[in-house]
Amino acid sequence: MTLIGWVQIILYCAIIVALTPLLGAYMTRVFNGERTFLAPVLRPVERLLYRVGGVDETSEQGWLAYTVAMLLFHVGGFVILYALLRFQGALPFNPAEQTAVPPDLSFNTAVSFLTNTNWQNYGGESTLSYLVQMLGLTHQNFLSAATGIVLAVALIRGFARASAKTVGNFWVDITRCTLYILLPVCVVFTLFLVWQGIPQTLGSYVDATTLEGAKQSIAVGPVASQVAIKMLGTNGGGFFNANAAHPFENPTALSNFVQMLSIFVLGAALTNVFGRMVGNQRQGWAILAAMGVLFLAGVVVCYWAEANGTNILNSLGLSGGNMEGKEVRFGIVASALFAVITTAASCGAVNAMHDSFTALGGMIPLINMELGEIVVGGVGAGLYGMLLFVIVTVFVAGLMVGRTPEYVGKKIEAREVKMAMLAILILPLMMLGWTAIGVVYPPAVASMANAGPHGFSEVLYAYTSMTANNGSAFAGLTGNTLFYNLSGAVAMFIGRFWMIVPAMAIAGALAAKKSVPPSLGTFPTTGGLFVGLLVGVILIVGGLTFFPALALGPIVEHLAMLAGSTF
Amino acid sequence: MLKEIRPAIVFIVALTIITGLIYPLAMTGIAGVIFPSQAQGSLIEKDGKVVGSTLIGQSFTSDKYFHGRPSATTAPDPKDPTKSIAAPYNAANSGGSNLGPTSKALADRLKEDVDTLKKENPAAAVPVDLVTTSASGLDPDISPAAALFQVPRVAKARGVPEDRLRTLVANETQGRWLGLLGEPRVNVLKLNLALDALKS
Repeated sequence: MTLIGWVQIILYCAIIVALTPLLGAYMTRVFNGERTFLAPVLRPVERLLYRVGGVDETSEQGWLAYTVAMLLFHVGGFVILYALLRFQGALPFNPAEQTAVPPDLSFNTAVSFLTNTNWQNYGGESTLSYLVQMLGLTHQNFLSAATGIVLAVALIRGFARASAKTVGNFWVDITRCTLYILLPVCVVFTLFLVWQGIPQTLGSYVDATTLEGAKQSIAVGPVASQVAIKMLGTNGGGFFNANAAHPFENPTALSNFVQMLSIFVLGAALTNVFGRMVGNQRQGWAILAAMGVLFLAGVVVCYWAEANGTNILNSLGLSGGNMEGKEVRFGIVASALFAVITTAASCGAVNAMHDSFTALGGMIPLINMELGEIVVGGVGAGLYGMLLFVIVTVFVAGLMVGRTPEYVGKKIEAREVKMAMLAILILPLMMLGWTAIGVVYPPAVASMANAGPHGFSEVLYAYTSMTANNGSAFAGLTGNTLFYNLSGAVAMFIGRFWMIVPAMAIAGALAAKKSVPPSLGTFPTTGGLFVGLLVGVILIVGGLTFFPALALGPIVEHLAMLAGSTF
Repeated sequence: MLKEIRPAIVFIVALTIITGLIYPLAMTGIAGVIFPSQAQGSLIEKDGKVVGSTLIGQSFTSDKYFHGRPSATTAPDPKDPTKSIAAPYNAANSGGSNLGPTSKALADRLKEDVDTLKKENPAAAVPVDLVTTSASGLDPDISPAAALFQVPRVAKARGVPEDRLRTLVANETQGRWLGLLGEPRVNVLKLNLALDALKS
């Protein structure tokens, strides 16, 4: 670990904290339906969409209608993406002449991008045409991100409103989120990325003759426009197989730093949107503080583990940390930091191969996802995941003092706690249940690339990542098999929607409640005590559930490494 | 629910076209005008022929060139397309080794590579990046230490004084961005192009 490494980490955190209130203010305006500086250009487009769609932008929906609209929207997105994958051979923008994607892989990929997971059982440059990358994947990157954000906003409105029947209008929210937030940032971000060196072309792969006279076919494409939304929307699906480690997806240390910022920026800003909408920004800062504690703990462990290297490297006299599966331009610190960020948020882009991380360094991404990606989290999904833990926390606090728990002026009652637990419990069921099958079912066992405890970690990581809608992988695992394509699609689907529907039910129930003014007996939820309690609840729930699995994978592998074993 | 079907169809089609076609195509047009070289992939031409991209590493095996890092990329086996074979620096199929920290295969590979390099330059410590595979398999860079490690071999093969090569490496070394972000590095392709230019 080096001083300059720590300076980079501190700088990163400082910029995120500085951007949070600025972007939070802007996003609050967008979702309150107020005019923004982009209105002269975008307002006519917005109005045209409402007119053709038959949407009255002043009328709102209850939680159930809002959820149904969201689900219908997803059905359409799934059909388009699946069809594009199956028919890509007959469609234009296909200079590399890619053929139809097989049905099970198409199914897995369509569910993956629909659920904001972007788990990839294919290599982008060797499987997909430019048309599928743009019309299929870039568009799903936008819409799954926008969906996460508007659902979080609907839940926030549930907390903020009193005696209300509605939580917003899904069509208005999704349109305003896409047009006023995601698109403008992506336009600027894309140009920055091209300037840094990311290609943006429809031309075919380049044939080069190397200095030694060999032929090298260099894959290019409309990369920058996809990378921009892939990071900003915490999607994480790479244009290329190596994702953000590929020099064409992440060419410089600066592009890497800005990409890391773009993963957290919207999720962090949403905590501020929450604070503003419930009328006390400190409520938002308290949540961000709890996220910050968990984040920094992860960064310290991961950076320390990677900088220390492995027994194999150290015994050969190779110093400088674990560089297997890492790029020289990022080095140890930017690789470890990226790994923690991408799994704290539900991004899943990788700039180093997590499979080759040290046992403890690779355990941190795993823990981040197992806790439900509530450390900033996926755009929107992180906040509503965190608010579910908040509900459990105030419930626990209420039990201790024997009072009905309250949070931001709302009484938290049996229905809310039940719904929160329903969402929280489905994660371990999918992650651990499928892992248990994956390590005994023979066709699945054959997919492991590494032997010993690391093979177990690969399977655990896969189902954890898919259920948490992350999309990063211990990529040695061969995922493109019938078993993984289908079981993974189930894990991703349940992991996304089994979280969303209870969260929306809570939104509806809360919106209908009266607001109670704080009294002397109200547990303050803006102070250090609350932050500590929240972190404690998250770690206890996560720790108790996942510790046995972690003991079988990364922990036993670390002990084996110390004993000098190889597998 | 029926009343939501019309907006569902309209919004999914309209937003698909806006974000999936208009946005990437407009960006392709604008980027091509403002940053034409980067948009095409930062290609390097020599005598009218593309010799590579500054951002994409390529395989160097001759003693006369500086070598990049080991690459774990593969290509389909021409004899049996369901299998894959090693194909270092295959820029149409990026990827890493994905070998874990207790992998025997990794331990064996590292030991072999370290032994080979120690024979080549017994005086210096083997730099870790010169024996580990990169995440993309296309890493265009090596650390300055890894470049300096290879100076004696290249100097001998080319009959050039070592000091001249050390100066060349120093000239081609890029520092951290603003002295802060990333790690110091040497672009292997650019270094080798500069090396070829030395003779004339």
